[in-house]
Amino acid sequence: MAGKTMTNVYLYTRFERLWHWCQALMVIFLMITGFEVHGLYTLMGFDTAVELHNFIGLFWLGSFAFFAFWLIITGEWKQYIPTTRKLFDVARYYAWGIFHGQDHPVQKTPGAKHNPLQRLAYLGISAMLLPVQMVTGLLYYLYNSLGGVSLAPIAFIHTLAAFLLVNFLIIHLYMTTTGHSLFSHIKGMITGWEEIRDTSKIQEWETKATRKT
Amino acid sequence: MKLTSQSAAAGLFWTAVLFVAALMLVRPCAASVANAAQQEALGIKLAKQAVREDKHWTTVDHSKIERLNQDFTSGDQITQACLSCHTDASMQFKKTIHWTWKVPSEKQGIMNGKAGHAVNNFCISGNAMEDKGCVSCHAGWNDIQGEVNCLACHSKEKFPFKETFADLAAFEGDDDPDLVEIVDDLHRGIQQAVQNITLPRRNNCGECHFKGGGGDGVKHGDLDTSLARPNRMLDVHMAEDGADFACTRCHTTVKHHIAGRLYTRPAAAERKSLIEDDMASKITCESCHSATPHKASTKMNDHTDKVACQSCHIPEFARVNPTKMSWDWSTAGKMKDGKPYEEKGDLGKAVYKSIKGTFAWAKNVVPQYYWYNGSFDNIGIKDKIDPQQIVEVSHPLGSPNDPDARIHPFKIHSGKQPYDKINQQLVAPLLSGPKGFWTTFDMNDAIMRGNQTLDVPYSGEFDYVKTTYAFPITHMVAPAEKSLDCIQCHTRDNSRLAGITGIYMPGRDKFAIVDTIGLIAVLGALAGVTLHGLGRFFTRNGREE
Repeated sequence: MAGKTMTNVYLYTRFERLWHWCQALMVIFLMITGFEVHGLYTLMGFDTAVELHNFIGLFWLGSFAFFAFWLIITGEWKQYIPTTRKLFDVARYYAWGIFHGQDHPVQKTPGAKHNPLQRLAYLGISAMLLPVQMVTGLLYYLYNSLGGVSLAPIAFIHTLAAFLLVNFLIIHLYMTTTGHSLFSHIKGMITGWEEIRDTSKIQEWETKATRKT
Repeated sequence: MKLTSQSAAAGLFWTAVLFVAALMLVRPCAASVANAAQQEALGIKLAKQAVREDKHWTTVDHSKIERLNQDFTSGDQITQACLSCHTDASMQFKKTIHWTWKVPSEKQGIMNGKAGHAVNNFCISGNAMEDKGCVSCHAGWNDIQGEVNCLACHSKEKFPFKETFADLAAFEGDDDPDLVEIVDDLHRGIQQAVQNITLPRRNNCGECHFKGGGGDGVKHGDLDTSLARPNRMLDVHMAEDGADFACTRCHTTVKHHIAGRLYTRPAAAERKSLIEDDMASKITCESCHSATPHKASTKMNDHTDKVACQSCHIPEFARVNPTKMSWDWSTAGKMKDGKPYEEKGDLGKAVYKSIKGTFAWAKNVVPQYYWYNGSFDNIGIKDKIDPQQIVEVSHPLGSPNDPDARIHPFKIHSGKQPYDKINQQLVAPLLSGPKGFWTTFDMNDAIMRGNQTLDVPYSGEFDYVKTTYAFPITHMVAPAEKSLDCIQCHTRDNSRLAGITGIYMPGRDKFAIVDTIGLIAVLGALAGVTLHGLGRFFTRNGREE
């Protein structure tokens, strides 16, 4: 890594960071309360867990809609366009290169904050897993007034998706430690500033749409 | 660098603000559970509205009615006097189950009810009112003959009419001045009792219903003499320091037909409020409390489509007096020194009686829960049974798919009672009287005589079969703060509703496959990141020193 020009880049705006940490808190609270409702442990009592889970779930649903709106009008949704370019390089880096002192094949730029693997993962999470969770959660919450709807299949999917989200959270947390230093990614998500390699030139893997001059 | 820390602080600040705002919004929801008792829910308001005009008033002072100031010498005369004003009362009453003890069944040639083909696992049958021990509760002066005894339900005091009339018959006409004075006293006593008229009170109903099955608390478990003057903890509706309801407040009456029969079908078809119709034929909690009795938008209100109010609000029954939980007839008839005897148990109740067999009693009993649509399935004396199975003599009807069914609490009384081995039917032994089992201790003979009263053939061979009998638990409603917590049902182990199938209950139920996949995914992720992390640690991310 010697001889590389390092520079601080303001990568995540205040709103994005606010959104990220709010979502993190809400999702973690939903996990804690949800798995208590599922009967895995006793923490705050079943009724409190239900009440909190319902409330945070609804609040999260509303705020997620707002975030989706923000993504659309700011054009930031383009950050999530999936691409296979450099995808396998990134995968190879985490499987091999990281143990052999190689550089990450993709450096973050304000135009492309997420590497191809992240794009794929975050798109999958926010376009598939989270909507499934929101829809089943809403059905779970409303099922009494829906009439004739059985709770079992709703609970089946909702619980399964919850386990998969825990799975994501574990890997996501671990991946934050793979930056330039153990905490550089977390620092970036708190301050907005991340230390990256020189970004003066456009990365050749970026798509045309996100390219900024 | 300055800019960085500023943004960091701002980011954290706004995150905190948003989260605190969220928590503040949660607060009122969480607090609402605790405050539900103080803040009046819609259901409570409706209930109060429904019973607001409860004050009863009358235009009759019965002591001023001339006809009631005569010297009565028989019960029938008293009733004749009542009927001189209340012309149709007797005719009305004789049509009700309180007189007939029979309810038409949908099965051909079958009459339900104590005097019909229905049997239970207590004294088994009333033998078409032939069994005098069982008909002591019949509301007639001379059992089933003659006039209705209006005073059984409408007298404020409990007066020994039968003995007094016997004394009168013995002394009347005698010239002895002492006896004349006694006769006058007896007449005055009767007159006072006759003029002391009331709407039925708890004691009037309780005289029979608290002592069903032959003693205090024997049958129901939620109806015993402790309900004559219950405190608030025992029954919020009937307590004097609670709503102070008499039985008739809920068991409303049309022409002496009293609402509340449970084993007739169909179940209550409509759960309408007493505000809409004060004479609903089957009373339910919803009659007063509506289908959403709890504070608006609490989860409890969502439960009322599947869970009966009683399930949460009657946590245990027999909370003051013990109730009988089992009765084994097969041990009846043992003698000590050639005489019948009885043994008392821990709760001060007999656990063995030569005339009846072996009993078990219990207090503070946790109910059993079943789907229940308001109707029962009954095994009568004409029904075939399978003696290899436990015979459900009475069992609630309903299923999770039945929109009228709710999960409802029950007392299940288990029994062992005689049956006809050849005909595979339950039998109805005659118990009281000179030829009854309680005198002869000859079960075979008692069955023969008992079945005769009902015109049901008996093969002459009997044995004992295990049975159960279900009683809906619906009285002894505890105050709201004593109702069940969510966790009593919504828990993996020892859920009160462990036996309730056909629904998915959060906290109680899970899908093994989901939990297995979830566990593998989570453990896999943990193992993966641990190995990856260790790899980076030992290769120092591949960097040379």
